[in-house]
Amino acid sequence: MKLRQGAFSYLPDLDDSQIHTQVQYCIDQGWAVSVEYTDDPHPRNTYWEMWGHPMFDNPDAAAVVYEINECRKQFGDHYIRVLAFDSTHGWESIRFSFIVNRPKEEPGFHVTREEIKGRSMRYTINSYAAKNPEGKRY
Amino acid sequence: MPDGSEKLTGKARYSAGVLEYKKMGYWEPDYEPKDTDIISLFRITPQDGVDPVEAAAAVAGESSTATWTVVWTDRLTASEKYRAKAYRVDPVPNSPGQYFAYIAYDLDLFEPGSIANLTASIIGNVFGFKPLKALRLEDMRLPVAYVKTFQGPATGIVVERERLNCFGRPLLGATVKPKLGLSGRNYGRVVYEALKGGLDFTKDDENINSQPFMHWRDRFLYCMEAVNKASAATGEVKGTYLNVTAGTMEEMYKRAEFAKDLGSVIVMIDLVIGYTAIQSMANWARDNDMILHLHRAGHSTYTRQRNHGVSFRVIAKWMRLSGVDHIHAGTVVGKLEGDPATTKGFYDIMREEYNPQSLETGIFFDQDWASLNKLMPVASGGIHAGQMHQLINYLGEDVVLQFGGGTIGHPGGIQAGAEANRVALEAMIYARNAGDDYVQNGPEILARAAKNCTPLKQALDTWKGVSFNYESTDAPDFVVTPTTS
Repeated sequence: MKLRQGAFSYLPDLDDSQIHTQVQYCIDQGWAVSVEYTDDPHPRNTYWEMWGHPMFDNPDAAAVVYEINECRKQFGDHYIRVLAFDSTHGWESIRFSFIVNRPKEEPGFHVTREEIKGRSMRYTINSYAAKNPEGKRY
Repeated sequence: MPDGSEKLTGKARYSAGVLEYKKMGYWEPDYEPKDTDIISLFRITPQDGVDPVEAAAAVAGESSTATWTVVWTDRLTASEKYRAKAYRVDPVPNSPGQYFAYIAYDLDLFEPGSIANLTASIIGNVFGFKPLKALRLEDMRLPVAYVKTFQGPATGIVVERERLNCFGRPLLGATVKPKLGLSGRNYGRVVYEALKGGLDFTKDDENINSQPFMHWRDRFLYCMEAVNKASAATGEVKGTYLNVTAGTMEEMYKRAEFAKDLGSVIVMIDLVIGYTAIQSMANWARDNDMILHLHRAGHSTYTRQRNHGVSFRVIAKWMRLSGVDHIHAGTVVGKLEGDPATTKGFYDIMREEYNPQSLETGIFFDQDWASLNKLMPVASGGIHAGQMHQLINYLGEDVVLQFGGGTIGHPGGIQAGAEANRVALEAMIYARNAGDDYVQNGPEILARAAKNCTPLKQALDTWKGVSFNYESTDAPDFVVTPTTS
């Protein structure tokens, strides 16, 4: 199973020079780019761990690619994503996001069904990997 | 042409009998609209021999305080304030017999937060008025003081993206086809395949409610099974627009509650339920963390012809006030009506914080949206993966692109169709961000992406060259030439 979050999860994985083009695009829009990682890729796990703050005054995508590689050294078996924050009034949220690193194995998720009230159903989605404690998942 | 005010006052004004509207105070050529006035721009086509200024004054009168004869009871009120004032009449360029009439209405004429009240005045009696051959409401300027009496989109583009965890690319959807006749179980199959293949949303069509072949609870149950399975298969948040349109508010609330209990992120209504019902559902959506999709079923009966009815840009403004989160707004390149410049005007009305006057896109007034949420346009009808570069160029990235036939009609199956659309989209966004001239090089970018993706190659081969090139019936009038004679 391939995790399909982010803007480019249906394309072949991006190499560093390709990541550079996309990060530079974000910087050129005036957005602050940051790097985050997790070993709990549940679709509603909003808060991945921050690899430092968003890089507010950084003009060069190379610095972000450097940080991605530093993050990979420590968390190469985690998911790593790039986020771009737009502080413009009326947006003031994330403007762009894509995955730049994946664990070698992606076991995916299972659906748990709880039958309630006749034919009704309550659904929960769980990550196979996240059954284990943090840091021992992939 | 506008001559000076011919307004009568005192005894001459209020003697019993019939007066021309322009003499009753509905024509004020020197009037400066106040910041708090609501302004309407009408395209009027007077009957032969009817003076356009008198026709404009009549429209002002009939959409505000007037009746056909003088009434003394006007003198018990601050009638000057309550009279709508036609203040400008221009010939429409290249359209003999048609005039643009600008009419200002005092804010006190309208109940706060009620589209029903606004429309009862502005498009109430006046559209059947005999001295006019035809009448069209082209645009409105809504003052901030009035805008702020509305909730606006229940969720808005930004929060919708946050909830879906999807940023920087258009969302992808598909309407389940055939639109009528599938059983709940078969219907859910289409939803599952399309979402697993890579779409964010699937959609009920406008006329899927609760029919003998599939009652609503069955549809909701099977669809949510499909949504959750697809979410687990991809690790993404997925949704399906469950159409809760029904014969009564009570029934709609009941269906919406069930959708919420099942964990749906989005429900859907049709424009034909009416303005008040739309506002009620928008309030419900805000209270229940629900995205609210609006299908503009029925709008072409009054938006399409240029000489009579209500422009869709006005409907778009009313819907942004009313509080829906999604609305179909045209594709430019697809099978349904949509001139590129006019469509851009609609999209700007939905997505921008401030619309400057832009006659070339049909926007006649500066419009401040006063931080009301943004409304997500939906492009649906006859579009396919091979048009991806044109779609992104015309429609931008905050839009839901809905490929119904373009997903379900794929030769490799529904999942393959969905994957083709998603790969085409991601490849085009990548190319745009990387600085490629994606509009010019779109076909090559798609062909390159298809090398890694057989479904995209099949899609491009199947729908190669399919386009719908017909002349639009609703295009802007481009430049307004004011006259002063």
